[in-house]
Amino acid sequence: MATTAPGNLLMTTVERAANWARTRSMFPATFGLACCAIEMMATGAAHYDLARFGMEVFRASPRQADLMIVAGRVSQKMAPVLRQVYDQMPDPKWVISMGACASTGGMFNNYALVQGVDQVVPVDIYVPGCPPGPQSLMHGILTLHDKIMAREIVN
Amino acid sequence: MNSSQHDATTLLPVLAQLAEEFESVVFEQSHGQDVARVPRDDWESFARAAKEAGFEVCSDVTAVDWMRQRPERFEVVASLVSMQHRLRLRMITAVGRKDPVVASITPIWPGAGFGEREVYDMFGIRFEGHPDLTRILMPDDWEGHPLRKDEGVGSVPVQFKASHQVE
Amino acid sequence: MVDQKTETTETLDIWVAGTEEPQFQPTDEGAQEFGPDESEARLDDQFGRVVSDDYVFDDETSDEERSVLNMGPQHPSTHGVLRLQLEIEGEVIRRTKPIIGYLHTGMEKTAEQLTFSQGSTNVTRMDYLAPLHGELAYSLAVERLLDIEVPPRAQAIRILMTELNRVASHLVALATNGMDIGALSMMIYGFRERESILAFFEKVTGLRMNHNYIRPGGVAADLPPGWKDDVDAILEDLPKRMRQYDDLLQENPIWVARTRDVGIISAEEAIAYSITGPALRATGVDWDLRKVFPYSGIDQYEFDVPVGARGDVYDRYRVRIEEMTESLKIVSQVMDTMPKGDYRVGDRKITPPPRARIDESMEALIHHFKLFTEGFKVPEGETYVAVESPRGELGCYLASDGRARPYRMHTRAPSFYNLQGLPIAMADSLVADTIATIASMDPVMGDVDR
Repeated sequence: MATTAPGNLLMTTVERAANWARTRSMFPATFGLACCAIEMMATGAAHYDLARFGMEVFRASPRQADLMIVAGRVSQKMAPVLRQVYDQMPDPKWVISMGACASTGGMFNNYALVQGVDQVVPVDIYVPGCPPGPQSLMHGILTLHDKIMAREIVN
Repeated sequence: MNSSQHDATTLLPVLAQLAEEFESVVFEQSHGQDVARVPRDDWESFARAAKEAGFEVCSDVTAVDWMRQRPERFEVVASLVSMQHRLRLRMITAVGRKDPVVASITPIWPGAGFGEREVYDMFGIRFEGHPDLTRILMPDDWEGHPLRKDEGVGSVPVQFKASHQVE
Repeated sequence: MVDQKTETTETLDIWVAGTEEPQFQPTDEGAQEFGPDESEARLDDQFGRVVSDDYVFDDETSDEERSVLNMGPQHPSTHGVLRLQLEIEGEVIRRTKPIIGYLHTGMEKTAEQLTFSQGSTNVTRMDYLAPLHGELAYSLAVERLLDIEVPPRAQAIRILMTELNRVASHLVALATNGMDIGALSMMIYGFRERESILAFFEKVTGLRMNHNYIRPGGVAADLPPGWKDDVDAILEDLPKRMRQYDDLLQENPIWVARTRDVGIISAEEAIAYSITGPALRATGVDWDLRKVFPYSGIDQYEFDVPVGARGDVYDRYRVRIEEMTESLKIVSQVMDTMPKGDYRVGDRKITPPPRARIDESMEALIHHFKLFTEGFKVPEGETYVAVESPRGELGCYLASDGRARPYRMHTRAPSFYNLQGLPIAMADSLVADTIATIASMDPVMGDVDR
């Protein structure tokens, strides 16, 4: 896996090609919960087009998705469902925690919400905002693309 | 409280008729709205009479936990709307801490079903005669009733970067 | 495990008698040989001479034939985290139970921790498609407890913003309704129009959604200069675009077939189940809080209330389209008659002083400090105020005990009560119609679960 060993020049190119392919057509899973879901839909709509990144197809089935955008507040009742959907997604998978409520519990520091979705699933990118505008979400998605391009293939 | 009691002559005819029928109910005005304070035992019969008098819609059922500020701990509040008379009426009853049970008005107005379930879930007040009194907002295995005043908000301490260490 | 050869041999005995083909794949379609024990009835079925699998709505079917299907909470068509337990018999739904609570945020408990002027930030996130209506109901309740009247300009601004919000919310309802049924362009159209309204909101309030703009005492800031041009642009653009929706949907045979006589709720059922809003008006009941219990000076404007006839999905869709036209009428009247004056109550104990004054006056500084640390105190009392939100009667029940924070703040959520009509609308209908029905009831789960 290390890139210093000889003969890994070929692997590096394959890694880069695989990462490039992964970023250019990520399928988000529909996990819109609350207000952030509306902004996520607006990002997928015509004005702030997500289709230019190959992502306008929101897969309903987690089996066909590789990106889970947790858009909205996660309540105690919803947390097991969230974990189950995450587990049903095949590797490689990424999670974007969209909005203040998903990232840290937001303004609702109370009994009903999971204070940050990273208590339930591992998160790659946190997008702050309440709700984050489509431009912020897109910045988060593109940052995720950069993160994937920079990573190595893990066996 | 900004409320003044009516005598039967200043009430609207619909409410005057109800006031005559139910002597124990106190009709008040709260910031321009009609409120009927109903003793707990008359809750269901007053509700039935109100429906017959023209209040076809029960728009909301909720409760308030007054803790020690009132002699009876809880208040159950039902908001009624009359489409034919274009009136609103609020029915309020007091429910004690030791025996938080009230008759359900769901058989009279099916629309109150979800509201009563929410009051049960959040306050622990039981409604006798409700077809399905189960938790509606919290998970089924949740213990406690969140909106009671003796239950805390449940917040977690938040560490802000530059501030002093939290616990 | 079962011996492959034995299994194949056994199946051979059943499907094709008399052949020794070891690799035979037992399948019904394209079977080349029919064994001698193929009955005539089966052949009729296979050749299509007799169609015997049409579903017959037979009430005598026993309970064992029903199965429970779980829909949600993660589902593309349930408009948020709504879970439905359907008891189905074939493709027909017999019973439904909506299970909610997957978005419960404890907002009513949080409201007791926030001051009265911070309360709008909380209420605005309940019905997140009509945040200004939530703020309006809450602010009206607080103002009633305070016994103050906001100036006419504030009232007009509130009506302007809430009616534009109604249009934006109905656009989302139509967009998701269309997308769920299959008219994918509707999604694109709806959100495209919404962008122009959201851009206006961003100019006025600072945010695209969850504005925290309508506060007790008035509004947070005055309309920016040049707002009339923006509203003019919206008023010109939207009716033209709405004709596109009519072209796409109104006479479209697929749309009509999927929405006419689907998800019917009768007027008596709607009244009994406390359903309000377009779902109630589609059944024929002329009940709109803007006309019956007018608020914030809306009775000065002329508008009609569209009423449907049959209470099906198609009527609810028509009611929403026409409500958008009526709201644009109100917006144009507000724009023409916007009064001049203060955009919030002058009482410095309730609304903060202008920022520039803080540098000049000690009193202004103290007021500002007290308002943003402690908050203003509201006298004891309880009240209930309702406004007509895009989903129905959105009310706020507020009880105060004299302190700076609400003692109890409860929101009468329209979608919470409208969901009670869902089992009624879906009884004895097909699973595919469920999608259309839910979309037409337009539940917003933030409102339902709070």
